[in-house]
Amino acid sequence: MQLAVAANESLAQLSNNLIYASMAVYTLAFFAHIAEWVFGSRSKVARTAAALTPAKAGAKAAAPAVQVRSKGSTAVLDKPQVVTRGAAGSRDVPDGPGAAGGTVQGDLYGRIAVSLTTLGFLLAVGGVVARAMSVERAPWGNMYEFSITFSTVAVGTYLLLLALKKNVRWLGLFLVTTVLLDLGIATTVLYTESDQLVPALKSYWLVIHVSTAIICGAVFYIGAAGAVMYLFRDSYEAKLVRGGKPGKFATSVMERFPSAASLDKFSYRINAAVFPLWTFTIIAGAIWAGDAWGRYWGWDPKEVWSFVTWVAYAAYLHARATAGWKGRKAAYLALFAFACWIWNYYGVNILLSGKHSYAGV
Amino acid sequence: MSTTDKASTEAPHDAPDTEASAEASAEAAAGAQLSTAPLEDAPGGPVGIGVLGWARWFWRQLTSMRVALILLFMLSLASIPGSLIPQNQVDLMKVAAWKKEHASWVGVAEKLQLFDVYSSVWFSAIYLLLFISLIGCILPRSWQFVGQLTGRPPAAPKRLDRMPAYTTWRTDSSPDEVLSAARGLLGRRRFRTDTGTGSVSAEKGYLREAGNLIFHVALIVMLIAFAWGQYFKSEGGKLVLRGKGFSNTLTQYDDFKSGGLFDSDDLPPFSFTLDKFDATFERTGPQRGTPRDFKAYVTFSDGAHGAPQKREIQVNKPLEVDGSKVYLLGHGYAPVISVTDSTGKVVYKDAVPMLPQDANLTSTGAIKVTDGFKDKDGKATQLGFAAMFVPSFAGEGEGTMFSQFPELDEPRLALNAWHGSLGVDSGLPQNVYQLNTSKMEQFKDESGNPFAKRMAVGDTMELPGGQGTVKFEGIERWATFSITHQPGAGLALAGAIAAIAGLAGSLFIQRRRIWVRAVRGKDGTTVVEMAGLGRSESAKLPEELAVLAGALHERAPGAAPGADPDTETEPAEEEAEGERA
Ligand code: HEM
Repeated sequence: MQLAVAANESLAQLSNNLIYASMAVYTLAFFAHIAEWVFGSRSKVARTAAALTPAKAGAKAAAPAVQVRSKGSTAVLDKPQVVTRGAAGSRDVPDGPGAAGGTVQGDLYGRIAVSLTTLGFLLAVGGVVARAMSVERAPWGNMYEFSITFSTVAVGTYLLLLALKKNVRWLGLFLVTTVLLDLGIATTVLYTESDQLVPALKSYWLVIHVSTAIICGAVFYIGAAGAVMYLFRDSYEAKLVRGGKPGKFATSVMERFPSAASLDKFSYRINAAVFPLWTFTIIAGAIWAGDAWGRYWGWDPKEVWSFVTWVAYAAYLHARATAGWKGRKAAYLALFAFACWIWNYYGVNILLSGKHSYAGV
Repeated sequence: MSTTDKASTEAPHDAPDTEASAEASAEAAAGAQLSTAPLEDAPGGPVGIGVLGWARWFWRQLTSMRVALILLFMLSLASIPGSLIPQNQVDLMKVAAWKKEHASWVGVAEKLQLFDVYSSVWFSAIYLLLFISLIGCILPRSWQFVGQLTGRPPAAPKRLDRMPAYTTWRTDSSPDEVLSAARGLLGRRRFRTDTGTGSVSAEKGYLREAGNLIFHVALIVMLIAFAWGQYFKSEGGKLVLRGKGFSNTLTQYDDFKSGGLFDSDDLPPFSFTLDKFDATFERTGPQRGTPRDFKAYVTFSDGAHGAPQKREIQVNKPLEVDGSKVYLLGHGYAPVISVTDSTGKVVYKDAVPMLPQDANLTSTGAIKVTDGFKDKDGKATQLGFAAMFVPSFAGEGEGTMFSQFPELDEPRLALNAWHGSLGVDSGLPQNVYQLNTSKMEQFKDESGNPFAKRMAVGDTMELPGGQGTVKFEGIERWATFSITHQPGAGLALAGAIAAIAGLAGSLFIQRRRIWVRAVRGKDGTTVVEMAGLGRSESAKLPEELAVLAGALHERAPGAAPGADPDTETEPAEEEAEGERA
């Protein structure tokens, strides 16, 4: 018994050390990203403005942009090339080249940043696993554990998207910064000694409900980041269309982001993809509440805010399907929905008492 | 760019010239009925005359997507106050505390039904309107969908190169060969195909629409299940001492709540006895005293004469009998007390449950000796004891009578003794844990101070003046159970599962159309054109078209290049496309 306790304590210590190590590595990744953006600023690309100038747009309307590549004599063997075309009414703007701006040095630092992020992620995974082993249960019994798992899943999602060759490297700096913030709050304000659970939290539904809740939150977070970037980039493009001249810094940064249409779609796909999982999370929570408290739904503050979040995301999906609500209005709804999620996580746990308050926050 | 849902039937409002708008309407035809979503009407006034015109206008507004969206948003906002202000439904004590703290707001809050948000008029109005809107939306969409199921994909639009994804090449195969190969290819991939003149149309992904309809219907099913549950549910609490039992009839409950249409004859007959209760707590570390495990061992019988069966009930594992669930809610101690009068007759012996006041189970209660006790003069009187019980006493001289740990390490019972009338005959319901001392007098010791004593198990306390003795015989445990009957939970669960399945279908399946056209060009080779159109915003459509085109290209390989002077390279376009795919 005593031996086991000692082992658990050293595991808990190991977990803490791994989390600190991952924070250190994320900090390096943060600086590498900064270097990527700084070197990238040397490139002078302004494709957006070019694509949006009235002369070019007029030319496009007159001659449909349908060209087929025929590479000399090898064309016979070539597969046919698919050409895609923007939806009616949307701006026909190419995506930016990314933070590195196509510069070799910027790209190098970007790659270093991604490698460091991967290393930090692996350390954080180790930290979460060591924590789970030290408490001999799933590591989601209090807000500290919730926070370290949350940021780890968010970074994991980002790395997965990168591995799937999705164009998401623009997200890197933003993500690493906020993950550092999250871990900083977790290790200072929210830290709780590792310990076991109160009986009400002991159920395999905990594992299911809380793990999917964390996954949903982390993925919604990436969707929300996409929505924020969309809003910035959309204002930038709108300004160009109106013939405005954005500042030098804004131009340099915004030019390197994907087009507003791409960001909008990115955010939508992410949010739509996890919405069913969020629905499932709420239902799993209701089943758990049914087993633990004798009622499936009791309008406990946590339940209220899960419901508010769910309805807000449903409204967002509707907005996307409703003409006149697409674009910026839909993006605001997505941000409202994510704000509800965050409030449910921090605000409700700390400020509103209910059945969901955990031991030691 | 690429495949945003231009397939919706709306035409762009600001088409620059007539050619473009003609094209747009041709595109609209190609995308017609790709979904059953209602058309967006321009928000104009009612058309037609009189009440009917207005009714029709109102109905059209209510069932439009725009109003559904607004109602959804309002529903999410309207749910918020219920999390900030305590609710009657959730915790009456907190409501009372809130009212005391915000006295000046109580009037307004009550008018606005802020203590009953989820059954308030305004909240109900929003969700009822939403569900009427939902039904009004689903019915026509279902009809339309049935129509589409038996329909054929629309003919190829004149200009395929206007579609969101497009490809073309020349081949030496004849148009008929190409088209029949295309039909075979698409058919094998479970596209529904239709042949026009010189072209093939194909469509796939009808399940998306089905999924969407199932999801919305499942929402209605869940609402019905909840309403059903509200009206027919029952919920009651019962405190059971170790060794004692409970049988499921209304009179046995300590408290009982039920829905408006519940009938007490509906209570299923079953009974159980509590054989043993185990609780373990954290002994060390910063969370010392935190509960780790609660287990109630019961013997239950299903039905009036069912065979007894043994079971464990834990916090997360209720006992399920005959549609009811028995949950373990709380636990505590019940000191066993015996009272002997001056003649030596035992007039009272019972285990008296004490109500826990803190996490370490410092508990309070009352012992009420209602009959049988005669004082020294032979006069019948009632005795009352205000009791405080701690399972782990801090130790003599430590002052406080607060428990240090929830387990029975050092149990002590402190009693204040009263005599007189307990007031139990007045007909008013009494709190069993509290003494009503308004018609009682406290026993005094020799020096005239109130008489009180702290006892360990086995101790006896002598009442002043040789009036009798009170003995702390031992300690029993008790557990509280909540017995609930929630009809409709199964239906709600079925609805929830259907909702998730439908939602997954609705969000992950793409409804899309593919067209193949093959015509003989001037130079004698065949020009093959393929185009794709999707309703939802997926990057998959161009990819799928590329795969299909690749497969068809193998059957109808490219002709010698350079034949068509019109086609030329535009690298920027290609590159941009590559990035987005
Ligand atoms: C009870 C509240 C409702 C909820 C929670 C809800 C939820 C959803 C969700 C999550 C979607 C996304 C699925 C997708 O994009 O394919 C959706 C789609 C849709 N909803 Fe609802 N909905 C509700 C009420 C309504 C009402 C009242 C209407 C009719 C006016 C409606 C009409 C539609 C339509 C037409 C779509 C499909 C849009 C498309 O094809 O892209 N919904 N709904």
